[in-house]
Amino acid sequence: MKKLPLLLAALPLAAFPPAASGGEIWITNEKDDTISVIDSESLEVVRTIPTGERPRGITFNSDHSRVYLCASDSDAVQVIDPSTGEILHELPSGEDPEQFVLAPDDRHLWIANEDDAVTTVVDVDAREVVAQINVGIEPEGMAVSPDGRLVVTTSETTNMAHWIDTATKKIVANTLVDGRPRHAKFTADMAELWVSSEIGGTVTVFDVGTKVEKAKIRFAITGVKADLVQPVGFEFTPDGTTAFIALGPANHVAIVDMKTFEVEGYILVGRRVWHMAFSPDQKQLFTTNGVSGDVTVIDVASREALKSIKVGRYPWGAAMRP
Amino acid sequence: MPKHRVGRTIFACFLVAIVCAFRPARAEVTVAVTYLRQEVKAPPVLSNLDPVPQDLGIAGAQLALADTATTGRFLGHHYDLEVVSVEPGGDLAAAARAALATSAILIIEAPVESILTVADLPEAVGALIFNVASGERRLRDGDCRANLLHTIPEDAMRADALMQVLRARRWTRTAMIIGSRPEDEAFAGILGAAAAKFGVEILAERRWSFDTDLRRVASREVPLFTQELPDHDVLLVADEADDFARYVADNTWLPRPIAGSEGIRGVGWAPVLEQWGAVQLQNRFEIAAKREMRARDYAAWAALRTVGEAVTRTNSAEPSKLRSYILSGAFALDGFKGRSLSYRRWNGQLRQPIPVVNARALVELAPLDGYLHPENDMDTLGLDRAESACKSFGD
Repeated sequence: MKKLPLLLAALPLAAFPPAASGGEIWITNEKDDTISVIDSESLEVVRTIPTGERPRGITFNSDHSRVYLCASDSDAVQVIDPSTGEILHELPSGEDPEQFVLAPDDRHLWIANEDDAVTTVVDVDAREVVAQINVGIEPEGMAVSPDGRLVVTTSETTNMAHWIDTATKKIVANTLVDGRPRHAKFTADMAELWVSSEIGGTVTVFDVGTKVEKAKIRFAITGVKADLVQPVGFEFTPDGTTAFIALGPANHVAIVDMKTFEVEGYILVGRRVWHMAFSPDQKQLFTTNGVSGDVTVIDVASREALKSIKVGRYPWGAAMRP
Repeated sequence: MPKHRVGRTIFACFLVAIVCAFRPARAEVTVAVTYLRQEVKAPPVLSNLDPVPQDLGIAGAQLALADTATTGRFLGHHYDLEVVSVEPGGDLAAAARAALATSAILIIEAPVESILTVADLPEAVGALIFNVASGERRLRDGDCRANLLHTIPEDAMRADALMQVLRARRWTRTAMIIGSRPEDEAFAGILGAAAAKFGVEILAERRWSFDTDLRRVASREVPLFTQELPDHDVLLVADEADDFARYVADNTWLPRPIAGSEGIRGVGWAPVLEQWGAVQLQNRFEIAAKREMRARDYAAWAALRTVGEAVTRTNSAEPSKLRSYILSGAFALDGFKGRSLSYRRWNGQLRQPIPVVNARALVELAPLDGYLHPENDMDTLGLDRAESACKSFGD
């Protein structure tokens, strides 16, 4: 680890983002009701923004002029001006919003309501609920296809991926996965949907056309008990070659070849690693480590952990702002 | 504390219709489960503060039914839960025979002898019975039955979990107060065995023999009663009927924590659990049952969820198919305890972490780091394969 110059440490926390060309990583702290904003150049927390209760899911709109935040225990999605950190207004969200995805139209927010077994669709301009779709118990993972035509909700207790047609807002397929699905994501070419199963310990890869399982990825780390390997959040490199998969209480991130589905290695990070976000240049990956209350910075090229950054209590979500 | 939320019932009902319309074309499967209870007269206890809920256990099964039925709706699987309660001294075997005529899956809440009577009925051959009430060792040992699984932890699992914590804390010098009922004596024996297993000493034991109302005299009597004990780190109390132990805490001669049946306890489930998604389960339970979830509720919930998981994966309601899937390596139950749960293939006990809690928080989740086992760390809790005389599972 590099030693920081004393001068930098002595600087007061800036109220505004630094002028540096590097972007920011926004981290939601579930048990602090704050967002920690990390400067991706200096790797320091430069701002701490108060939020509603139990902030979890976080996402920016496509031009990064708005940030949306699930304030789960406030039963609201909060809309924040990223430059000032000011909460502009709240959106109706249904109860206990946990995760969401913003459709490519930048207008429809698809929200998993964990305590209510529904997926809620909100029009962010009209600020109203457009539809609610009944799904399985404890919906959590949310994915939208790059063309905006399909949304997938995963339900943790029902152990399914529910495929929803965004035009009709109806379920078109339900596919079983292993225990406690946590996160879902379409590949950029829309050929595949990946779903992580925390208790099952697997990642299931579906062929989007047929909605049939085409691969199942398993993990094994020397010295870590198999039932503590619990895949949760994951990200794909933009070139579509590599997936980084957080393994929860195994305290490692797995590196997976997206063509062969082989696990190429594991990176030791903080405790109970959950979600992650890439830096604007995609050279670094920032993982939230809930139990250790920090963020690990991974160098993508060398696949090594560079640094841990202390944030708030129980960091959960992560999103990048260039 | 978990927040309570009221669902949007009207909207949800409307949407069920949409979901049902998209049920995939699969064979329809109907699963009938009976919750069979032998009512017992609860012993009188000193305090009226914590009455035993009427629907203890049953409410857990009902919640699991709702959870499981949601999955079933997407798959064409239907679940029915019938509750049969037999009054004290009533004919449980007759009720069991009647239940087994319509459903081969039973959740049973009864004393040990009654559980064995039901499991040994000719009608119960090939049935699948879940014990959600008795933690007694003999059901996992020489008196195990091939058709009987246990979602309630063996008592020794709870005692072992507690002793792992005391050992990890290096609070290894203990003394013990034992209640006057046979079950207190039995639990004292289990605590003693667990203490020996994990290197915790019990330096002295005293029998509780007071028959006064302790609510009035605890502050005067308990200091004297505990004064004669040798110095210790922790005072163990064996009081399984929840009778007197609450009046021992904070009235002792030496300022020492209480553990066992009061204070720091190993439990199957407790309202203080919130990690590993547990708060969602607690919320659902509290909204449905209007009270907090207890260990027997959790055991009944786990039993019906086990059935649901097996039906979902096998697409069958046939008990023999379900049983072989449940006992196979493929079975994994999400039990909101941070690890996937499975069954011990040699005696049918649900393998599970045991929370060690106090009244306000989780202290530790056992097995603790460092307690290792060649097959699964969770098997450091309770009867292990090599110790069990169970032969009915043929494994």
